[in-house]
Amino acid sequence: MSKRKKKTKEKRFDGREPNEIRPIKIESGVLPNADGSAYIEMGKNKVVVGVFGPREMHPKRLSKPNMATLRCRYHMAPFSVDPRRSPAPSRRDNEISMVMRYALEPAVFLERYPRSAIDVYAEVLEADGGTRTASINAATVALVDAGIPMRDLVSSCAAGKIDDMLVLDLGDYEDKEGQADVPVAYMPKLGKVTLLQMDGVLSPDEFEKCVSLAIDGCNRIYEIQREALKKKYGLTEEEVKE
Amino acid sequence: MSALCENRALVVPGDVLYEGRIRTGENTYRNQGKVSATRVGLVDYGRGMVSVIALEAGFSPLVGDLVVGNVTDIELGQWLVNIDAPSEAVLNIPDAIDAPFRSDIVMPEILDVGDTVVAKIVDMDRRRTPIISILGKGLGKVEEGFIKRLTPSKIPRLIGKKGSMVNMILKETGCNIVIGQNGRILIQGKTREQEMMVVRVIDKIEREAHISGLTNRVQEYLRKLKEENN
Repeated sequence: MSKRKKKTKEKRFDGREPNEIRPIKIESGVLPNADGSAYIEMGKNKVVVGVFGPREMHPKRLSKPNMATLRCRYHMAPFSVDPRRSPAPSRRDNEISMVMRYALEPAVFLERYPRSAIDVYAEVLEADGGTRTASINAATVALVDAGIPMRDLVSSCAAGKIDDMLVLDLGDYEDKEGQADVPVAYMPKLGKVTLLQMDGVLSPDEFEKCVSLAIDGCNRIYEIQREALKKKYGLTEEEVKE
Repeated sequence: MSALCENRALVVPGDVLYEGRIRTGENTYRNQGKVSATRVGLVDYGRGMVSVIALEAGFSPLVGDLVVGNVTDIELGQWLVNIDAPSEAVLNIPDAIDAPFRSDIVMPEILDVGDTVVAKIVDMDRRRTPIISILGKGLGKVEEGFIKRLTPSKIPRLIGKKGSMVNMILKETGCNIVIGQNGRILIQGKTREQEMMVVRVIDKIEREAHISGLTNRVQEYLRKLKEENN
């Protein structure tokens, strides 16, 4: 009896194991008018990302003479959360736009396109905690789909603490009620962290554990991103001949 | 000191293709003795070099390319033309009407904003802005037809070896096709059916560009489309 009780306590409120990520579905090339695009479902999160460029930068005075400018826009649709939110960009939207740019910039060969701009638009259709990580994951796939040269893919996942338990890939409830949240973006092949934020209170030891847990999640998401990119060219010779 | 992927394998950015000293070709970069891919594509090991044949790539203009673009702005003595390159192309008056610039030339009467042109890249200026010309055979303002887009990296497959693919499409459909290296294809046919055949063939090439034996498959596909029309 006591054993059973212990087991139920270890499970998370949505039935996941502490080191289990939510089911992820990624699809690339969903928007015909964008140069590159991707759609991600990460648990209940639904994000669609469109990439345009490299193209002429407007306003021209903001262009950089030695490299391209990566411009990101993160936006939550009014119907993405309950209750409805204002469609105007909020302080939070602006911050996450910047965070996305910082996470993606190290992976893109910006110096190959001086004076031009690469635009990344992420639209959150449904939010359930961890939309910034979902947006970064989809934006990477969309950038590759746009044919923009990249050093590596960027995978992103959060780890955190709730009820004194370290957990991976926090959902909305865990994000709001939990003790800490550590979103990480990571380039798996280069082994470099491009984004590291922390919200809440963690001891240095717990923080280390959270980061390595999040990187572990990133590696798993990386495989799903690869599959998504390859699926577009999944037609094999046999299938074509049929 | 060895190849890490199979030849013609599908790779994504960041995939390590080679460790050791080797010449690096297109769509690759070197990092701490490793050669990695920068674009999604098929890896190609050959002649002491490793490169990636990109499946998705934007248009990078080169001198001599034929492009299809649309006029976006008129400035003093030049038109700005969008050719889907990182920067807009410049069309100077002497490259458009074979006469020197005079202030009494009414530029919108020659080309107006929104017009489509078939042009050739004749030069790059020191900011790497393409300079284009519409003087020459087959170049100039487009009066009829419509534009279909194809990923610029797949244009060589549409043309085929020594133009084998495009010549076959021309012969089978009877359409006039102008292929811009920037991925815009101008289609001028006599009937709507002819034009739709070309559009469907281009869609097929978009989907299957990475699989060998494309020309034969397209030929069969065209035959099938023709039977459907009859």
